[in-house]
Amino acid sequence: MSTTPHAHIPTHIHPPIYSLTHTHTHTRTHTAMSPSVPLQEMIRAIRSARTQCEERGVIQRECAAIRAQFRQADNGGRSHNLAKLLYVHMLGYPAHFGQMECVRMIASPRYSEKRVGYLGAMMLLDEKQDASLLITNSIKNDLAHSNQYVQSLALCTLACMGSAEMCRDLAPEIDRLLRASNSYIKKKAALCAVHIVRKVHELGELFAPAARSLLSEKNHGVLHGAVVLIIELCERNPETLERFRKTVPDLVQIMKGLVLSGYSPEHDVSGISDPFLQVRILRLLRILGRNNEGASDAMNDLLAQVATNTDSTKTVGNAVLYETVLTVLDIKSESGLRVLAVNILGRFLLNNDRNIRYIAMTSLQKIVGTDHNAVQRHRGTIVDCLKDQDASVKRRSLELSLALVSASNIRSMMKELLLFLSSCPPELRSHAASGIFNAAERYAPSQRWHIDTMLHVLITAGGDVRDETVPNLIQLITNASELHCYTVHKLYRALLTDISQQSLVQVACWCIGEYGDLLLRGDCQETEPVQVTEDDALDALETVLQSHMSSPATRGFALTATMKLSTRITDNVDRIRSIVSIYGSCIDVELQQRAVEYNALFKKYDHMRAAVLERMPVIEKNSPGHTNGEFTGEAIRDIPTAKIKQGELPLLPQQPANQVCDLLDLLGGSEETLQPSPAPGLSINAASTAGGDLLDLLGGLEPALLAPAPTVPVYEKGGVTLTLSCEKQSDTGLTVTLTASNSTDSDISSFTLQAAVPKSVQLHMKAPSGDYLPARGTAKVIQMVVLNNPNKVNLKMRVRISYTRQASAFQDTVQIDSFPGLDAAGH
Amino acid sequence: MIKSILIFNNHGKPRLIRFYQYFAEEMQQQIIRETFHLVSKRDDNVCNFLEGGSLIGGSDDKLIYRHYATLYFVFCVDSSESELGILDLIQVFVETLDKCFENVCELDLIFHMDKVHYILQEVVMGGMVLETNMNEIVAQVELQNRMEKSEVAVQQPALKSHICEFAWRSVGGPRSRRLCREEHEPARDSPQHQHRRHQYQSAEPLPVLNGHPR
Repeated sequence: MSTTPHAHIPTHIHPPIYSLTHTHTHTRTHTAMSPSVPLQEMIRAIRSARTQCEERGVIQRECAAIRAQFRQADNGGRSHNLAKLLYVHMLGYPAHFGQMECVRMIASPRYSEKRVGYLGAMMLLDEKQDASLLITNSIKNDLAHSNQYVQSLALCTLACMGSAEMCRDLAPEIDRLLRASNSYIKKKAALCAVHIVRKVHELGELFAPAARSLLSEKNHGVLHGAVVLIIELCERNPETLERFRKTVPDLVQIMKGLVLSGYSPEHDVSGISDPFLQVRILRLLRILGRNNEGASDAMNDLLAQVATNTDSTKTVGNAVLYETVLTVLDIKSESGLRVLAVNILGRFLLNNDRNIRYIAMTSLQKIVGTDHNAVQRHRGTIVDCLKDQDASVKRRSLELSLALVSASNIRSMMKELLLFLSSCPPELRSHAASGIFNAAERYAPSQRWHIDTMLHVLITAGGDVRDETVPNLIQLITNASELHCYTVHKLYRALLTDISQQSLVQVACWCIGEYGDLLLRGDCQETEPVQVTEDDALDALETVLQSHMSSPATRGFALTATMKLSTRITDNVDRIRSIVSIYGSCIDVELQQRAVEYNALFKKYDHMRAAVLERMPVIEKNSPGHTNGEFTGEAIRDIPTAKIKQGELPLLPQQPANQVCDLLDLLGGSEETLQPSPAPGLSINAASTAGGDLLDLLGGLEPALLAPAPTVPVYEKGGVTLTLSCEKQSDTGLTVTLTASNSTDSDISSFTLQAAVPKSVQLHMKAPSGDYLPARGTAKVIQMVVLNNPNKVNLKMRVRISYTRQASAFQDTVQIDSFPGLDAAGH
Repeated sequence: MIKSILIFNNHGKPRLIRFYQYFAEEMQQQIIRETFHLVSKRDDNVCNFLEGGSLIGGSDDKLIYRHYATLYFVFCVDSSESELGILDLIQVFVETLDKCFENVCELDLIFHMDKVHYILQEVVMGGMVLETNMNEIVAQVELQNRMEKSEVAVQQPALKSHICEFAWRSVGGPRSRRLCREEHEPARDSPQHQHRRHQYQSAEPLPVLNGHPR
C-alpha cells in the first residue's frame, strides 16, 4: 500500500493528540494492508489540523488510503470508505475517483452498502457520465426488491439523477409502484414520476390515471406527492389540465377536511392542520381555476372560508393565507373575494415581521398590472419600506414603487425615489436609476422638472447609469431650447463640484461647448447670477481633460467642447489653439486624432470653422429606446445620402463623437465621403457606439440588400430571442447575422454576445448595434459575425449570451450546428 | 423545486451540501462561498429571503434561509415553491434533526454527516418536498438505521468497534413543538448527553442548535 509522504507537515510542532497520527505512522512502517481509520477519527483529524496546508495533508493521506482500499476486493469496510470520501467531497476536495465504487456498492446485496452507495451516486455522479448508465440495471432490480427501504433508495436516486434514457426505461416500473399498497413507496413513486415527466414530457400521459386515483388516498404524504405530480402534468399539457379540472370538487373536499377537521396531533403545525398540503393544494387550484369560470366558481366558497378562518398570528397560518390570496387573485374569483384578498395583503404589509412584508410586496407586484388602484391605496406603506434597512425588502419596495408612479403622484413619488437613490445599496443603484429615468420620461410634468430630475440622478448615481443616458439627456436638453441657459449654468456648477461622475461630466462638457455663449453672458433669470469668465469655462474643461478620473470618452467630450468654444468666445481663442495642439501628441490615439483634426480646422480650413462648429439643431424626438440600431432599409439609405450633403453635418446630434467622424470625412477629401475611415478605438468606448453602428451598417449594406437570407430562431429563453441568418460571401467566407430581441416587461442592459467556432475557422465579430434591449421588443440588437472556413470543416458555432436584467446578471450558451441556406451550398 | 440545500456554519465551513442539479465540484464550492457571502452579511432581524444569487439558477430563484445558533440552513428554490412554506420546511427539518440527535448541535452534523443526509432524504427527494410529518420521518429513519445495524451485526461482527456507537433515540410520544421554538438550555448535564458529547473529544465550546430561528 502506498502512502503519500508528508514531510512538509510539521507534526513536531504540536504533539499528536489524535489517534489517527498513530495509525498512520503504523501504516507507514508496516506497508501491509490495514483497515483505514473510522470515519469519525478521520473527521477529528481533519478538524484538528491547524492550517489549511495541514488539513490538505491529512486529507491527501486519507484519500490515498481510501483509493488503495477501493482497489482491494471486498474487505467489509467499503461503506466507511465511501462515507469518508463524501465528507472530503463536502469540504471541496476531489472525490470523482469514488464513482465506480458507488456503482459497485449499489450492486451489493447488503443494505448498509447500498445505502451509502446510492448516497454517493447522488453526490458524485452526473447523469451524463457513463457510470450512471451502469446503475440503471441495479435501480431496476432494486425497484422490484421485496424490502421497501431498498425500493426507496432506488426511487430516491432515480428522482434525483435519472437521465431521460433511464426514465424511459423505468417509467413502467414507477407506474406500477404508484399503484402499490404501501404508502411509503407510493409517495416516493409519485415524486419520482414528477422527475420522469420533467425529463421526458410525453410520459405524462402514462402517469395521469394513477395520479388521478391517488387523490382518494388518506395518507398526507401520498396526497402531497399526488398533488405535486398533478401540478407537473397540468403545467406540461393543456389537455391534461382540462381533464384534471374535473378533480376540483375532490380537491375542495380534501381542503375542507383539512380546514374544518379538529386538532389532529399527527398533522398539526402551530394550530394549522398540515399547512404544507394546504399550500400545495391551493397552488393546484390556482392552476385549475386560471381562466376558467366553472372551476373558479367551484372553489370560491372554499377560498373565502380559508381566507376568513385561517389564524394569521403565526408564520404557518400566513403561509396558507398567502397562498390563498395568490389563488384568489389568479383565478376568476368574485369581486368581493378579491377585495378580501387585497385587504389581507394590506394587512401583511403592516405586519411587523419582515418576511410577511416581503411576501406582501411580492404578491402586490403580481397584481399591480390588473388591480392597479387597489395597490395604489397602499402606496404610503410601500414607499415607507424603501427606508427599511433590509436589502431584500428594499428591492421589492423599489420594484413596486416604480410600478406605482403615475402622472398624478410623480412629484411626491420622485422625491422619495431620489432620496432612496442617494442611500440605496450599490447592487440596486443602477436599477433604481433606470427606473427613475423611465418614470420621468413617461410622466414628467415639465421639461425643466425632467432635466432637473435627470441631473439629480447623475449627480447622485452618475457611475451607475446606463450608457445611453448621456445621449438621451443631451437630446432632452437640446429640445428644451428655452432652458439652455438655465441648464448650462446648472451643469457648470455641478462640474465645478464634482468631476468624478463620468456621465455627468460628459453632459456638462457637451453643454458648455454647445451653449458656452449663454454661460458667459450670465443673464439667466432662473438662477442667481454668476459671472463666468472665458477663462473660468476653459479652466473647467481643462481640468476634465487633465484629470486622471476622466475616461477617454469623457476627455473626447471635453476636447470637442473646448473646440466648440472657439467660436463662442472672443478673447481666448489662442488658449484653445494651444490646448488643441497639445493634445495633437496625446498618447490616446482617439484623442490625438481629434486634436489633429481640430488643428487642421484652425489652420487649413479656418474659413469653415464657424460653420462646422455651429450649434446643433433641435432634433425630432425618437422612440425611448433610441433606434440607431434599427436595421431598416430606410436607415441604410438615409445615412449615405445625408453624409454627402455638407450642410447637414450633425446627423445624430446626440452623439458628439459621431460628429467628429463626419467632420473628418469632410476634411479628409471629398472623394472618400462614403467610406468613413474607421477611427481606431471608436467602437470600443461606449459613448461613440453609434459611430460603430454607422460603420457596421455600411459594412453590412450590400449583403443585406441583395437577398434576404432565411432567418431561424436559435435561442429562446426567459423572453430573450436570438435569431440567425447567414449569407455566403465566397467559397469559404460567410456572414452570420445574429439578431436579439427582448419580449419581457423589463429592460435588458449590458447585452453581449460572444462566439466560438472550431479551431480551423477564423472568426471576426463586428461591433454590435448596441448593448441595450428595451422591454417588449421595441428595439433589437444586431451582431454581425464574419466567418472564414478555409478547410471547409463542418461548421459549428457556440454563442454565449450575457446580459443584466433588473440588476442581476444572466449568462447562457447555445450551440448552433446548422446554418440555414448553407447546407444546400455544399455542406 | 428546491435547487440546493446548503448548511454551513458562521465561518462558512460547509456542514452539509446537497445539490439537486449537477454542478462540478469547484462550482459547488464557489456557490457555497457566494451564498455564505450573501447570507452572512445580513443582520439577524432582516427577512429570510434573498434574491440575486447569480451562480445558481435563473432570475426567479431565491435563497431562503434560517440562522440557528452557529449554523445557516439555506435552501435555494425556484418560483414553484412557497417562500413561507420553505421557511416552515426548514423548521421541520431542524426540529427533526433535534429529535433524532436530541438537542442537535453543530458537532452532530459534523460527525454524522451521512446520517443527516439520510434524514434529509426522508424530507426532500429529488428537489421536491416529500414528507413534513416529523413523527413519520423519525420513525422511518429509525427503522432504516435498525435494519442497517442488524445487518452489520450479523455479517460484520469484527467491524463492530468501528461503527459509530451513537444511539438513535426513539421518539417517546409527541413532543411539544414549542420546545424547539423557544429559547431553552439544553439538558447538558444529563448523563446521556454528557456521554455523547464526550465521544466527539472536542475541546471547543459546544454550540447547541437551540431550535430558535435567530
